[in-house]
Amino acid sequence: MVTPETEVVECDILICGGGMAGCGAAHEAAYWAKAKGLRVVMVEKAAVERSGAVAMGLSAINCYMGMKWGENQPEDFVHYVRQDLMGLSREDLVYDIARHVDSSVHMFEEWGLPIFKTADGRYKREGRWQVMIHGESYKPIVAEAAKKALGEQNIYERIFISHLLLDKNDSGRIAGAVGFSVRDPKIYVFKAKAVICAAGGATQVFRPHAVGEGLGRIWYAPWNTGSVYKLMIMAGAEMTQMEHRLVVARFKDGYGPVGMWFLLFKAVLKNAYGEEVEKKWADLLKEWLPYGGGKPIPTPLRNHQMIRDHLEGNGPHYLRTDEALQAMFAQVQNDPKKLREIESDAWEDFLDMTMSQALLWASENVDPAKVPSEVVLTEPYLMGSHASGTGAWVSGPEDIAPKEYFWGYNRMTTVRGLFAAGDGVGGSAHKFSSGSYTEGRLAGKAAVAYIYDNPQAVEAESDRVEEVKKALFAPLEVYEKTRPLTTRGQVNPDAFGPKQALLRLQKIMDEYCAGQGAGYITNAPTLKRGLELLHMLRDDLSRLAASDLHELLRAWEVWDRYYCAEAHMRHMLFREETRWPGYYYRGDFPKLDDANWKCFTVSRFDPEKSEWVLSKKPYVALIP
Amino acid sequence: MPTFVNPNKCDGCQALDRPACMYICPNDLMTLDKGLGKAYNQEPDQCWECYACVKTCPQTAIEMRGYADVVPFGARLAPLRGTDSIIWTVKFRNNETKRFRFPIRTTPWGSIEPFQGLADAKVEDVKNPNLCGQEKFLGVDKLPVVAQ
Ligand SMILES: Cc1cc2nc3c(=O)[nH]c(=O)nc-3n(C[C@H](O)[C@H](O)[C@H](O)COP(=O)(O)OP(=O)(O)OC[C@H]3O[C@@H](n4cnc5c(N)ncnc54)[C@H](O)[C@@H]3O)c2cc1C
Ligand code: SF4
Ligand code: SF4
Repeated sequence: MVTPETEVVECDILICGGGMAGCGAAHEAAYWAKAKGLRVVMVEKAAVERSGAVAMGLSAINCYMGMKWGENQPEDFVHYVRQDLMGLSREDLVYDIARHVDSSVHMFEEWGLPIFKTADGRYKREGRWQVMIHGESYKPIVAEAAKKALGEQNIYERIFISHLLLDKNDSGRIAGAVGFSVRDPKIYVFKAKAVICAAGGATQVFRPHAVGEGLGRIWYAPWNTGSVYKLMIMAGAEMTQMEHRLVVARFKDGYGPVGMWFLLFKAVLKNAYGEEVEKKWADLLKEWLPYGGGKPIPTPLRNHQMIRDHLEGNGPHYLRTDEALQAMFAQVQNDPKKLREIESDAWEDFLDMTMSQALLWASENVDPAKVPSEVVLTEPYLMGSHASGTGAWVSGPEDIAPKEYFWGYNRMTTVRGLFAAGDGVGGSAHKFSSGSYTEGRLAGKAAVAYIYDNPQAVEAESDRVEEVKKALFAPLEVYEKTRPLTTRGQVNPDAFGPKQALLRLQKIMDEYCAGQGAGYITNAPTLKRGLELLHMLRDDLSRLAASDLHELLRAWEVWDRYYCAEAHMRHMLFREETRWPGYYYRGDFPKLDDANWKCFTVSRFDPEKSEWVLSKKPYVALIP
Repeated sequence: MPTFVNPNKCDGCQALDRPACMYICPNDLMTLDKGLGKAYNQEPDQCWECYACVKTCPQTAIEMRGYADVVPFGARLAPLRGTDSIIWTVKFRNNETKRFRFPIRTTPWGSIEPFQGLADAKVEDVKNPNLCGQEKFLGVDKLPVVAQ
């Protein structure tokens, strides 16, 4: 094995992850940094042009108020998010995104993102919060702006960040990050006074529907491996709502989104016998008051109705694309030009953001205007930007955050100088692409403010840097050492590859932690048994073997997912209620318990002692 | 539906300083077989089928083959991405074909000047809640605050 060389990069602000939140942070931090000549660096494990969840494009921007047309106010958005999350969200953070998000979308349009318009020049709405875009190049456009703002010399691509560094004189303060190149045997040590963690959510922690060639064809991006959570957990930052998860209804096997079909085309979900799931199970919602009585029906409760219908043996479930399109065709009196437009919009939804679904339709000869398509629930994802609020416990904005939620700088975690954005921030859901970008901007500006106030130098513990450097390449050594133990192939008595470790993790999570295979249900004994198995896996991860840099990347991604899994299980064990039926059920605490659990769960991991401490933090309503 | 590379079309991007597909793949999948001088997908079961490599390949050498656990053979979905629009050709298993064209960008590539027309940042504004370019981009005169 070649000894890796080390490059040290000095900067003031380091942005980890160049996705939507990272690009927003780059844009905003670059602007404010100029006033004092600070250096802002962005590090990305792929190529910023096509990295992250928006790599393949999107067909809608799901968070836009339209304040300039008086369409919605931030208060309205807070009401909506509160209802969808069954009461629990950080309303200061949600409000803050809502009041700023329009400016981000208007910038995207100026930069060249094509947005659908109505006859009177407004953005065309898909739903109350969504606007329709021709978004094939959404990410390249946003990336171009970020690169221009920072300067190419400040962008480091194909480097995977594996650890954050703390100050040697103050372990509550950030000092930088370490990563390795996935192209050359090279370690990077970034020294920074502030770090913004924007490395996306976590997928493949749970076993997906397909486990062969289709393992990676899931709804959320397979390259979002939970780095954002692991990095902050290991740095001792407090994390919140790590038990929360996203489970959504998607077209079967291609995982094609259903949003446009529901919202714009008004397609209805029916079971095999033609019954409308939402109507048939309306009474179920009464068990989940007050949220079950509100509108719109929260995402988990819609899942709950579908699960119940499935358990009654009424599947498959179909989204009636056929009935919806026929109704629309009738509305335009079968005018061929208009039919063609409707058909084009229907296909563009997939061709912009889940091409596989279009390919699957073609391969099964599906004409959505003639036959309905099957819909199923996904495996769980951990993310803070959709209808779930997993992530770091961060400070809110000074002018609106209640005192319980404010400690100096917007979006700063409980580690000083460490900021988070996008999927990395907990308690503030429904930000989606535009809100994640906006949250990156908020963190970017706050990080500059933090450095203005804290200009003194930081220094990472040198022993720690050496320790991390040694650990980083260990899987390559394991591979070399254990290779002689077998004639050839994967089966080795002392080592396993990252794929096998990943599959073991997914199996544990699916079976013990309320995965889709377990019908999304678990209880305390099952979770405790799962934790036992998880800890054996953790001990075995020292036997991870990597034959090259690509496998080394995969090995470290397994560690990301491992920490996500452990945090998720521990938080689920802690919250003794079922808050989000349809996301997961605690069989031993099957009801919503507002009296004891209308609060945030917060955990802190002590890496020295390998101990987790969980506690509750109050929910404060900001808006009546 | 993982990618595969047509060996008759891929030239290893010899004319470029690096293989385009390898540069762009968000999941580090496309890589060069050095002996063969051609690219391949080194871990097909981690392919998201995002088409980033397909769109970027100068030789149109990369295609998707529906993932074998689920997808029946015979269909084809291929993009042709220009500077301002993309054309998708959908060929069904029964040979029916549909073609769609969508705009992708309204301005020339490389034309973004992120801070053009904005006043320089001022140190005294760093602590207020306003974001850069707010006057120009927010669409309303004042940043909303929660009514107390
Ligand atoms: C299929 C699909 C449909 C969607 N539909 C919509 C929609 O219609 N409208 C909408 O507004 N939103 C939609 N979204 C959601 C939106 O994409 C996300 O909310 C948003 O991208 C989250 O932003 P982020 O910056 O947190 O994560 P990302 O944009 O995913 O960025 C994370 C970045 O971090 C990098 N990274 C990860 N780990 C590391 C590491 N260890 N070191 C260095 N870099 C790292 C990644 O490569 C990536 O670039 C959709 C997403 C998907 C997948
Ligand atoms: S981009 Fe196309 S031509 Fe270039 S190496 Fe990849 S497959 Fe071959
Ligand atoms: S389709 Fe996307 S994930 Fe698959 S190899 Fe190409 S770029 Fe990579």
